[in-house]
Amino acid sequence: MSQPTRRSVLKTGALFACCGMAHMRLARAQMVEGGALSVTEIADGVFAFAGIPAMMLARNQGRICNLGFIVGSDAVAVIDSGGSVAEGKELIAAIRAMTDKPIRYLINTHMHPDHIFGNAAFAATGATVVGHHNLPRALEARGEFYLKSYRDSMGSALMADVRIVPPTQLVTGEQELDLGGRKLKLIAWKPAHTDNDLTVLDEQSETFFTGDLCFLGHLPTMDGSLRGWIAQLDTLKAIKAKRAVPGHGPVPAQWPQGLEPEERYFDVLARDIRKAIADGVPIAKAVKTAAQSEQGNWQLFTEYNERNATAAFAELEWE
Amino acid sequence: MTLRSTFRRNGVAAVVLLTMLGATVSLGAQAQSAGGPEPATWNSLKSDVFGQKTIEPADGIISIEAPKRAEDAAIVPVDLHFKTDAATGRLKAVTLIVDENPSPVAAVFQFGKDAGVTHLATRLRVNAYSYVRAIAETEDGKLHMTATYVKASGGCSAPAVKNPDEAQATLGQMKLRVFPSNAPGTESMTRATEMQLMIRHPNNSGLQMDQVTRYYIPPHFIQGLTISQGNRLIMSMEGGISISEDPNFRFEFNAKPDEDVKVDASDTKGKKFQDEWPIQSSTL
Ligand SMILES: [Zn+2]
Repeated sequence: MSQPTRRSVLKTGALFACCGMAHMRLARAQMVEGGALSVTEIADGVFAFAGIPAMMLARNQGRICNLGFIVGSDAVAVIDSGGSVAEGKELIAAIRAMTDKPIRYLINTHMHPDHIFGNAAFAATGATVVGHHNLPRALEARGEFYLKSYRDSMGSALMADVRIVPPTQLVTGEQELDLGGRKLKLIAWKPAHTDNDLTVLDEQSETFFTGDLCFLGHLPTMDGSLRGWIAQLDTLKAIKAKRAVPGHGPVPAQWPQGLEPEERYFDVLARDIRKAIADGVPIAKAVKTAAQSEQGNWQLFTEYNERNATAAFAELEWE
Repeated sequence: MTLRSTFRRNGVAAVVLLTMLGATVSLGAQAQSAGGPEPATWNSLKSDVFGQKTIEPADGIISIEAPKRAEDAAIVPVDLHFKTDAATGRLKAVTLIVDENPSPVAAVFQFGKDAGVTHLATRLRVNAYSYVRAIAETEDGKLHMTATYVKASGGCSAPAVKNPDEAQATLGQMKLRVFPSNAPGTESMTRATEMQLMIRHPNNSGLQMDQVTRYYIPPHFIQGLTISQGNRLIMSMEGGISISEDPNFRFEFNAKPDEDVKVDASDTKGKKFQDEWPIQSSTL
């Protein structure tokens, strides 16, 4: 596959490895000024940005989840747009530093703001927004709330450009996208992390973009169905891939080993909550102790564990 | 008593008006003790709910517990404890309010004459940093208020239904749990028994717009609920959209052995749900 020579300019590390620290610092400064996300080419024509493990704030411009793009011989597909229009624009700049090919698809892996708040940045690119068939409904129910609540944490200046842009091309079951001799396999999952999880497999390089069906480092968050997530782990593991880009965590990740930490966490959480329910412990008390043994294994544990336990309790109570 | 709800869009709080009450209000300084700011919303809301009626401090008659931070905005557990005496008379009703929600009155509970309800726990949606308050009406007609301040959840937690397809598929299913009493030797006719009633229902806010029709999807929630044992009313509820999906009520009351517990519920689409459970004295 032919690539413009400038594609290597932003390849983190590769070009500057021989040039010493001074050049690297200079290069990083230029990247920030130039407004391009620092992406890594993890396979031929497959680029990924690693988000930072944090809450979405004004100072990080919502850059907390992993994003990526795949370059085919005709066109580019983008996987998630980032947590702000500012981040979305930086992603476009990173794409344009690699290729002039049209951005044909913007694939949203699910409804969460860190993955979709950058959608509006892609309006001018003409990209078709692709998502799970449940994504429009989920955004109808939450969009206004997301816009309002993130004004508090990210600030009104950063939020001014953010729009809820629902997908127009919907995926039920499986769907293939063609970038010109390069096929992407999209899978719409049953409720797990959310009720609108979509994954992207680049068949050529066997790179698997998991969306938030895989969390590494960053504690998984529960906004769909814990039972559904656990039940689909085996199907997820069976996806044949050489590497994965998890929704959160180091890029690239080993596959399917990257699923092991969250599988362990889910088991502990479900076990603790089921015991509390059986013992008649009220929800408010049960969520304080559930899965505490996992605390040392995760970033953002205190931010999200109690919420996960609350959602899990309300779900598992119906078993 | 009737409960009318009006949804005012564009960020203005909608108000549920209760026609059961009227009269003057004294602004309770008690709310500030709950660790939150000046309750500005409540100051404008209270006369819509309670007219000009005086509202006194809770004074131990009612107490409220909720997490300081709403971890999951869609499911915020709230616990109410009641303690009445001969002077105040029994508790007639409790109104549960989330000041900053689009429809602040979450529920109005009425208690049966000899139900002896001493504890009631449920789950609420909390959309924003808000006071959650409970106002009890005692038999002498007085109102007593307690409040606690709940910070909205951070991150991507929204007060929305997580799994709407499953909610539709299981709509109206009910589950009743009876928790064994650990009070040996108490008079079986009057001892408190703890039960938990769960109802499958999306309890949908309806505040989202249908992208095709551009109309707001009508709200769909449990409107009325009656829990009785034998011919006795334990409690009834008139509810709104601030009650979480799959409405859940855990309560202690004076159960009588060998009388069935019966639940009747209805939602805003006119659907009726009913279930009944035999209560053996051995389970109490
Ligand atoms: Zn997510």
